[in-house]
Amino acid sequence: MREISARKITAAIREMAIKANTELGEDMLNGFKKAIEKEESPIGKDILGKLILNAQIAREEKVPICQDTGFAVIFVDLGQEVHITGGSLAEAIEEGVRRGYLDGYLRKSICHPFTRENTKDNTPCVIHVEIVPGDRLKLIFAPKGGGSENMSRVTMLTPAAGVEGVKEFVVQRVKESGPNPCPPTIVGVGIGGTFEKAALLAKKALLRELGSRNPDTKLQKLEEEWLHTINNLGIGPQGLGGSTTSLAVHIEMMPCHIASLPVAVNIQCHAARHKEIEL
Amino acid sequence: MSGVIKLFPPISDADVERLKIGDRVEITGVIYTGRDAAHKRLVDLLLVGKELPFDVRGQIIYYVGPSPASPGKAVGAAGPTTSYRMDPYAPAMIEAGLKGMIGKGLRNQEVKDAIVNYKAVYFAAIGGAGALMARAIKKAEVIAYPELGPEAVHRLEVESFPVTVVNDVHGNDLYVEGVKQYRRL
Repeated sequence: MREISARKITAAIREMAIKANTELGEDMLNGFKKAIEKEESPIGKDILGKLILNAQIAREEKVPICQDTGFAVIFVDLGQEVHITGGSLAEAIEEGVRRGYLDGYLRKSICHPFTRENTKDNTPCVIHVEIVPGDRLKLIFAPKGGGSENMSRVTMLTPAAGVEGVKEFVVQRVKESGPNPCPPTIVGVGIGGTFEKAALLAKKALLRELGSRNPDTKLQKLEEEWLHTINNLGIGPQGLGGSTTSLAVHIEMMPCHIASLPVAVNIQCHAARHKEIEL
Repeated sequence: MSGVIKLFPPISDADVERLKIGDRVEITGVIYTGRDAAHKRLVDLLLVGKELPFDVRGQIIYYVGPSPASPGKAVGAAGPTTSYRMDPYAPAMIEAGLKGMIGKGLRNQEVKDAIVNYKAVYFAAIGGAGALMARAIKKAEVIAYPELGPEAVHRLEVESFPVTVVNDVHGNDLYVEGVKQYRRL
């Protein structure tokens, strides 16, 4: 057994909360630069340039990229040879979120569903744990903004709908969302599994580096084809018209029940933030 | 796209009448913030004929919940939130004299009708560019509902705050017209 202290986990989460929200990844910046070259709309080009400038200001002044510093979503790969000492894993993570959002001047966006009373420290967070072989602990911090999350959907198609039915659902979702999820977006698609697993696959698809492809060549082709169709919708940066509605479509797929064809679309705004660390 | 139009709130019917979709506008002066929870409270006051915490006539409301200011700064990140959630409240606010709204994303037909009938305007700011937008905000103070945290009503002093006209008094919608131009399906 390898021991990792709860205190170390709290410190790592705190730091990732602040960094994820103020430092946009190089993959996104490269994505913006490539999009500027291809974008046909002058307003669209101007907006993409401002998104690069915004990321620079955020990094230099340690200000959040976006005021919506999100719901804290944490993915944990917990090695089965790891023993956590001095507290529980969930409490250690939650304390890290609390400290990161307070110390980093991040917005507290979590409230009671009915009374809308704010919890004032951005907790609780959402934690997805997977037990994996080995003695390492991997933490991914992915804050998720409300605007793009609100445009996301899960549906249960009939098997007869097939690949064309799935494409139609995905493209229609992006079309109806229009300017709301802050395009250019990344479209995370989860296919198969069960109702909740499809949603989780869609969210995991968003953690992939921008520009990465699904290792399955058939899914790679679908990612390219669906992106092409989405960018022909004309929505463009911020929905003001243009050829860059999405920067990528990321598909994750697994087998499903003989009666079902679950599909989830999780839309990610251009402030695609995540940080990871291995302890 | 023409040059930049300067606006200094409070603004008049004549000011909004000359604005057309796609116009780039820079706002200098005082604007107010308000989002979901604050709008519910404001419209509840209007429904019973009570006075609002600030005079909305001629004013511009920015749909934003800023992140907290770090020491020495007026405000944290401060980009727009998605506007459709304020659609149930916006027509009543416009009827009460509100002239401008700043946000991002689609408005429903009731809001668009109120914009035409009562002469108002809907502007878009760049969503997700919170660090950049904050540079145009020089001062921020909470003037109502401090218990709402990021959703409290703030009075902002802005300088050349950049926005684009999306819905104008002529009933046009930049989200519809802009997309038409680049659609290939």
